[in-house]
Amino acid sequence: MSDLPLLLLMIVVPAVGAAVVAALPKGRDEVAKQVSLGVSLVVLLLAVLTTVAFDTGGERFQRTSSWTWIADFGVSFALGVDGIALVMLLLIGVLVPVVIGASWNDELPERRSMTAYFAWLLLLEAMMVGVFVATDVFLFYVFFEAMLVPMYFIIGSFGGPRRQYAAVKFFLYSLVGGLIMLAAVIGLYVVSASELGAGTFAFDALRQLEIDPGVQKLLFLGFFIAFAIKAPLVPFHTWLPDSGSEAPIGGSVLLVGVLDKVGTFGFLRYCLPLFPDASRYFAPFVLVLAVVGILYAALLAMGQSDMKRLVSYTSISHFGFIALGIFAFTTEAATGAVLYMVNHGIATGLLFLVVGMLIARGGSRQIGDYGGVAAKAPLLAGVFLIAGLASLALPGTNSFVSEFLVLIGSFPEEPVFTILATVGIILAALYILLMYQRTMHGPARGVLLQEDPAEPAPAGGGATATLAPPRRSLRITDLSRRELAVAAPLVALIIVFGVYPQPLLELIEPAVSATMSDLGGTD
Amino acid sequence: MTLSYYLVLAAILFTIGAVGVLVRRNAIVVFMCVELMLNAVNLTLITFARSTGTVDGQIMALFVMVVAAAEVVVGLAIIMSIYRTRRSASIDDANLLKY
Amino acid sequence: MSETLPADGLLGWSWLLIALPLAGAAVLLLGGRRTDRWGHLLGTATVAASFVLALLCTIQLAGQDGAPADVELFTFISTGELDVRAGLLFDPLSAVFALLITGVGSLIHVYSVGYMAHDPARRRFFAYLNLFVAAMLLLVLGNSFVALYVGWEGVGLASYLLIAFWYTRPAAATAAKKAFIMNRVGDVGLALAIFVMFAQLGTTSYAGVFGAVGTLAGGTVTALGLLLLLGACGKSGQFPLQAWLPDAMEGPTPVSALIHAATMVTAGVYLIARSAPIYDLTETARAVVLAIGALTLLIGAIAGCAYDDIKKVLAYSTVSQIGYMFLAVGLGPAGYVAGLAHLLAHGFFKAGLFLGAGSVMHAMNDQVDMRRFGGLWRKLPVTFVTFGLGYLALIGFPFLSGYFTKDAIIEAALDRDDVWGWVLGGVAVLGAGLTAFYMTRLMLMTFFGRARWEEGVHPHESPSVMTAPMVVLAIGSVGAGALLVSVFPLSGWLEPVFGEPEEAAHVVAPAVVGLVVTAVMLLGVLAAWLFVGRREVPVTAPVRVSPVTRAARHALYADAVNESLFMRPGQWLTRALVWVDNRGVDGAVNGLAATFGGSSSRLGRAQTGFVRSYALGILGGAVLVAGALLAVTAG
Repeated sequence: MSDLPLLLLMIVVPAVGAAVVAALPKGRDEVAKQVSLGVSLVVLLLAVLTTVAFDTGGERFQRTSSWTWIADFGVSFALGVDGIALVMLLLIGVLVPVVIGASWNDELPERRSMTAYFAWLLLLEAMMVGVFVATDVFLFYVFFEAMLVPMYFIIGSFGGPRRQYAAVKFFLYSLVGGLIMLAAVIGLYVVSASELGAGTFAFDALRQLEIDPGVQKLLFLGFFIAFAIKAPLVPFHTWLPDSGSEAPIGGSVLLVGVLDKVGTFGFLRYCLPLFPDASRYFAPFVLVLAVVGILYAALLAMGQSDMKRLVSYTSISHFGFIALGIFAFTTEAATGAVLYMVNHGIATGLLFLVVGMLIARGGSRQIGDYGGVAAKAPLLAGVFLIAGLASLALPGTNSFVSEFLVLIGSFPEEPVFTILATVGIILAALYILLMYQRTMHGPARGVLLQEDPAEPAPAGGGATATLAPPRRSLRITDLSRRELAVAAPLVALIIVFGVYPQPLLELIEPAVSATMSDLGGTD
Repeated sequence: MTLSYYLVLAAILFTIGAVGVLVRRNAIVVFMCVELMLNAVNLTLITFARSTGTVDGQIMALFVMVVAAAEVVVGLAIIMSIYRTRRSASIDDANLLKY
Repeated sequence: MSETLPADGLLGWSWLLIALPLAGAAVLLLGGRRTDRWGHLLGTATVAASFVLALLCTIQLAGQDGAPADVELFTFISTGELDVRAGLLFDPLSAVFALLITGVGSLIHVYSVGYMAHDPARRRFFAYLNLFVAAMLLLVLGNSFVALYVGWEGVGLASYLLIAFWYTRPAAATAAKKAFIMNRVGDVGLALAIFVMFAQLGTTSYAGVFGAVGTLAGGTVTALGLLLLLGACGKSGQFPLQAWLPDAMEGPTPVSALIHAATMVTAGVYLIARSAPIYDLTETARAVVLAIGALTLLIGAIAGCAYDDIKKVLAYSTVSQIGYMFLAVGLGPAGYVAGLAHLLAHGFFKAGLFLGAGSVMHAMNDQVDMRRFGGLWRKLPVTFVTFGLGYLALIGFPFLSGYFTKDAIIEAALDRDDVWGWVLGGVAVLGAGLTAFYMTRLMLMTFFGRARWEEGVHPHESPSVMTAPMVVLAIGSVGAGALLVSVFPLSGWLEPVFGEPEEAAHVVAPAVVGLVVTAVMLLGVLAAWLFVGRREVPVTAPVRVSPVTRAARHALYADAVNESLFMRPGQWLTRALVWVDNRGVDGAVNGLAATFGGSSSRLGRAQTGFVRSYALGILGGAVLVAGALLAVTAG
């Protein structure tokens, strides 16, 4: 088993699955769903196998394999996984089956076929795996850009009313960042060519380079802007609320849960080790962006009336915490930041899912159209509350551990920024509880008082029908078995990693320590 | 025998053709002006071929004639169909391909 | 602190204290409707089992002379230099709290069986109560500040869930949110204190922090003390974070009794007492604790005088009594034991009073307006007697528990033997008078006078499942003080935690203090009788009242201040930022996109569709290229 090219399989299996699903004839939605779910479960299995075989005390990059790709430019198809990438693979492995399960009965706009949707989801999974396991900077760049394509179609074809606008905005933002990064990638190649004689894109070779500080700053900015757009940090964030709210719910989960993590992953994997001097030089500037983002996005989240936009803004706030943890340059904070990436994917993923379930019932994204849902759908309300509490980092949920680590790790180095960031936890409680109170608590309101449009008029018609009292709030039903099965794994993970996060921390820490020593860090 | 006579003749023919393309509206006339320009170029090519004693220019001229013949076929067909639909051979009337 | 022993015997199982109620909550929440029929019994049983276990553990602890036992469980978070172990510390201080929580908790569970009998969501109620007990036990049993923090926010969650138990009422939902948010403000202080500990000392465990706190600079210790105090103020409803506690009375009455009177709100006192080694090093922080205690004591007592809602009066009384406890623990070694004794006694009589109030409401169709009560002593004899005993204990009637514990605090304040001692003592005595006034007013309006019941109300005594816990608590209210002072002295029990109690040189003889306090208390009772008991109580509150009364009715405008200082500017800021983000940041991006789009469509106008203009363009281009070629070859 140890010889299996697990990483390559994790890219190939979903890609082939996507091709198979896409090739299915129209109207075979059921087959498409089952194949997709099967394929995503296989990827989860592969991720688990990789984790089991991972040696936390061993080499930083394990299961490395490399094939020459473009020999003239020193590009190779090099894969490898370290602890940081590994936990992201696990996150992908968990989220994709959940998303497929949650999208099982989605109503797509204009009666579009599910086959295409699931094919794009699987292709996206392949690209996301690729971006995390690439150990060649050029390969990373290729996956980084290729990831956009499936996501563009997921938003643009299957999203809400303003999906075209959102998709184009998402694409343009990412493309601009990607192009700037391409310039920096080429610059890096040129530097490596002049220093090593032969140019290379291999990460392990590049991080040995001693780059001139002035050049470092330029290259750092090239990478940083791409990642800051992807993450996103304020002020590069305005695409996320549009994309997050217009994407179909599965797309939102993967967008915020995994795709955006590529940005923060990039900070840690590429910006810090490749450009240590520039990272130190720009750190105060990034920290300002991070802390401003935490508070600014939290305040904005409070002011939203659209639930999906609100959740998107909370994510921007959370990304501020992750960036704070990375740029505080301590092992504790950076470990916390990586853990935060995973936990945020689970918690906000669940929050998006449950918001999506509510929207599927009520047909509106506006908070004001709901009220008193808890009385009608206690399970839905319970899952909503758990997701919300995880989002506001209540102890006992997974997010607490990561937020605590980020803050306590950053405090010794950056007390002022940390204190400001800590104020953000009050705002987090406010935006979550305000949304929860307005939708779940109180007397029935909004769509709960409307008649069910799908309910056929009572038989007999005529005078008796008009005399009958209006049938109320038929639309809001509690979670179905399928929805429970989708939410349950995430709820379980929230609790388990809230109480016992140590296994994840043990996976993450060696890679983070290696990054910090590349940085010539404090420890 | 100097080259200049031939070249001047070719230049005059080319200029007539170019001016014709720019100022005339009738598609057939514009078309003939284009042919005139092509043949002016052919003349130039052959003149130089003759003066240098190589065959490159002559081959090139043959190519041009073949292409011109093909172009005439397609172009006249287009003009015919435009005339059939619009009852006009004026190229200013066929301005649908724009912003 | 004395040497910590590894836990053996029963103490090694003390994690079951937390696990039992937690398991109960999990079963009730996950089991769904299947557990409806026996859920309340399971909930009560788990807490009762915890109580028995706590009792046995305490006995073992007494057997080893109170040497604290440390229970290592598992590694919670360990990365880099941070190493947080999940572990429990069972020492005399946590034993006292564990007994209080599980003891009063069991009684209130029993009471709730009757009180919530007709509520369709009774199972959910017991699940939340169990969750609360588990979190509260974690709070007091944890062996590090992180464990305390986990429990701290856990009780905040349980409190949120229970206040919002009747969530269809907007008032309940809002009160729950308010409680959680104001607690979070305090939590920030606690969190920051933990960060400072890690940054300065590299550890967050009690043993590590208290062992090394002496090496810190004075300013850092003071900062630690103040940050911890912020946390304590949030949880305990102390100034300036007191406004949530009275609103929390929207929850079911057993919740008010357990969480918002007997246990959770005293967590702040626990925190300060637990952090005694920190406060012992910082006079400044301690002075702030004193000031907050004294101020809150008065605010609570004054507001308590004006409200007509029986639960709100009791809530403000709680605010005021916790002020006493803060005052006590702020006095340092002299006051820790007095404060904790008052805390325990208060746990008994205030829980009893709330249960009594619940019994009254039960009888009066959930009416809480005291102006609609009156003459109930005849109809509710058991409630009247138990409530009366709790009342006497609270106002410090001689030889009931409040008398001993409150006097101890006042004595300790006077023993400072400086101006501040006299001021604090004076405030405490004044508070005693006010307490007597508002509680007597409550008694008179509720149980005496003419019946002012609404039509259709037929008061009846509560079932015995409700009255039995009230009786037990009433006995506790009567006896706890004497028990804790003389028979089973708390000061001796807590000696391993706070050290040998110094024999204080009393500035004023205890007997004199007792006399003065009793006299002031009687004055308060008399004043209440003059104001309320002598004449008819109007059914609606008088509108034309003095400014003082009006201020008291608005709880000294705490809500108004919060609203105008934080809420409204916050809402304004939020709206402004949403505008900025949509128009400014996103507007800039969209503007840029629009500029590109606009200019491209303007450039597109050049494509006119006229073949001849294109030809001209081609010609112009060709001429340019030719010209350029010529220029290059010629030049």
